[in-house]
Amino acid sequence: MITVENLTKTFPGSTGQVRALDGVNLDVAAGTVLGVVGPSGAGKSTLARCVALLERPDSGAIRVDGTDLVSLDGTALRAARRQIGVVPQGDSLLRQRTAAGNVALPLEAAGVAGPQRRTRVAELLDLVGLTDKAGSYPDQLSGGQRQRIAVARALAASPSVLLADEPTSALDPDTTGSVLTVLDRARAELGVTVLVVTHDMGVVRKICDDVAVLEDGRVVEHGKVLDLVSDATSRTASSLLPAVDQNPALEGSFDRVADVVLIGFAAVGALLPEATSRFGVELNLLGGGLTRLGETPVARFRVGLKGERADSALEWISEAGGSVRRTLSGPQGVAA
Amino acid sequence: MRSATPWSTVFDDVLVATGETLYMVVVSTLIAVLLGAPVGIWLQLTAPGGLKPRPVLHKVLGFVVDLGRSMPFLVLLVVLTSLTRLLLGSTIGPTAAIVPLAVGAIPFVGRLVQNVLAEVHVSVVEAAVTTGSSTLRIVRSVLLRESLPALVNAVGVTSIALLGYSAMAGVVGGGGLGDLAVRMGYQRFNDRYLWSTVVVLAIIATLIQFITNRVARGVDRRRTASV
Ligand SMILES: Nc1ncnc2c1ncn2[C@@H]1O[C@H](COP(=O)(O)OP(=O)(O)OP(=O)(O)O)[C@@H](O)[C@H]1O
Ligand SMILES: [Mg+2]
Repeated sequence: MITVENLTKTFPGSTGQVRALDGVNLDVAAGTVLGVVGPSGAGKSTLARCVALLERPDSGAIRVDGTDLVSLDGTALRAARRQIGVVPQGDSLLRQRTAAGNVALPLEAAGVAGPQRRTRVAELLDLVGLTDKAGSYPDQLSGGQRQRIAVARALAASPSVLLADEPTSALDPDTTGSVLTVLDRARAELGVTVLVVTHDMGVVRKICDDVAVLEDGRVVEHGKVLDLVSDATSRTASSLLPAVDQNPALEGSFDRVADVVLIGFAAVGALLPEATSRFGVELNLLGGGLTRLGETPVARFRVGLKGERADSALEWISEAGGSVRRTLSGPQGVAA
Repeated sequence: MRSATPWSTVFDDVLVATGETLYMVVVSTLIAVLLGAPVGIWLQLTAPGGLKPRPVLHKVLGFVVDLGRSMPFLVLLVVLTSLTRLLLGSTIGPTAAIVPLAVGAIPFVGRLVQNVLAEVHVSVVEAAVTTGSSTLRIVRSVLLRESLPALVNAVGVTSIALLGYSAMAGVVGGGGLGDLAVRMGYQRFNDRYLWSTVVVLAIIATLIQFITNRVARGVDRRRTASV
């Protein structure tokens, strides 16, 4: 598990100091995947480089399994680095080494002997699905294959933490999928804690348990993805959930209009029909749609209700686990 | 006009001089690379953004290196005579010429090596850093190994430069093809010597380039693998 406490980092800039990180606090539970997102220049890479022990923060602590790594030096620093597998931003493979040779690099640094090294390399190539490319050189691999080899290399010395900075930024959607699958397998099969920096909400949607939104060097939102999406005002919700369009003319004809977020198979499948029949209301879907976060189906619908017991129906939906937010544009909006 | 020197004599003289030139070039290249490469590595390690950034040390080192490179070779020849005498007890002959040749080429090799190492992409180096590799291991298996083809080329460039300088060193008593060309060809108006040395020098330069290219390609693993 990773804990980041009050991390601060400034860089000298042309117009005074640039505060790249301004008191960042994060924690990633063991075996989960945290996505760090945010606009360009928010400090995502700086955070990743600090956690990778490539950049020394001005103040704060970075704990991996409880030990603070920030102030380490020399041999202790090198040993600490082996606990953290890093997939650096951009192309980072040795071009003069085969795929297998690249994966072996951290094992050589750790002093693992030849036969064990080969066994471990074979395991990792299998994990990333590139056993047949063991003898290929990076120039003979596609971008997605290179990135998967980089992940295999990062995992070679059995780190407890895997860190990836924009691992899919240069890849097309299909290839992105193969790299994300590999990250997900690393978590599932090796139990590593993953921190992935990305500007692509698709990455969060597909593999992240938690998300942290960084802005101007501060964490402005941090939590479980599924918790954050049920709060319609969160940034995570607005970027991950299907959009709903305003349509005042249409909405005017209903007694109640609300945005409903439903999470999980049961809720998405059954909640709205059941509300309709229980309370004898007419319920229309005005907008929104269905998506998936990881394996979980999630829906956001704008619903229009007609009937005496519309309020009760909405209340019941929210008690049954849906997240209901009455729209201000609709009638009775203030009553919510 | 005297009658021309017989070709057989020219041939013998050129052969001896060629041996001396090759000896000077090979040994001075070897020494220059052995002493210059560490300088280049040191320059690159201490550079801003290098593995062990030491900006002030880097600047000082760079200044000394560039000073050495800007020194005209003839001046170096003269300045280093006492060093040569100290090391070898003599300032005459091909062996003596090796001292100024090697010393003059050290800063040259240093800069070449630094430029080559700087080409290794920073994300590749950082990836190695994050594996917990020691600096020595990174220099050896990442910086040097990744740039080996370019380093081989740098050695070729150095030896061809030294081939040219060895001709100059010859003039002040070093022997070799340059000496022969000037002494026999230029001062005695002997065209046979003049042209045959020029031809041999051109052949040597071409050969060095050819070998360099072959070796550089041979050590370049990037595309030679079986898929
Ligand atoms: N080495 C550096 N020297 C000076 N300023 C830096 C350095 N690294 C980062 N910065 C500054 O710190 C801020 C955060 O940069 P960072 O690269 O962490 O952003 P980011 O969130 O990764 O952005 P992007 O999405 O564009 O990659 C920026 O203002 C950047 O200019
Ligand atoms: Mg970045």
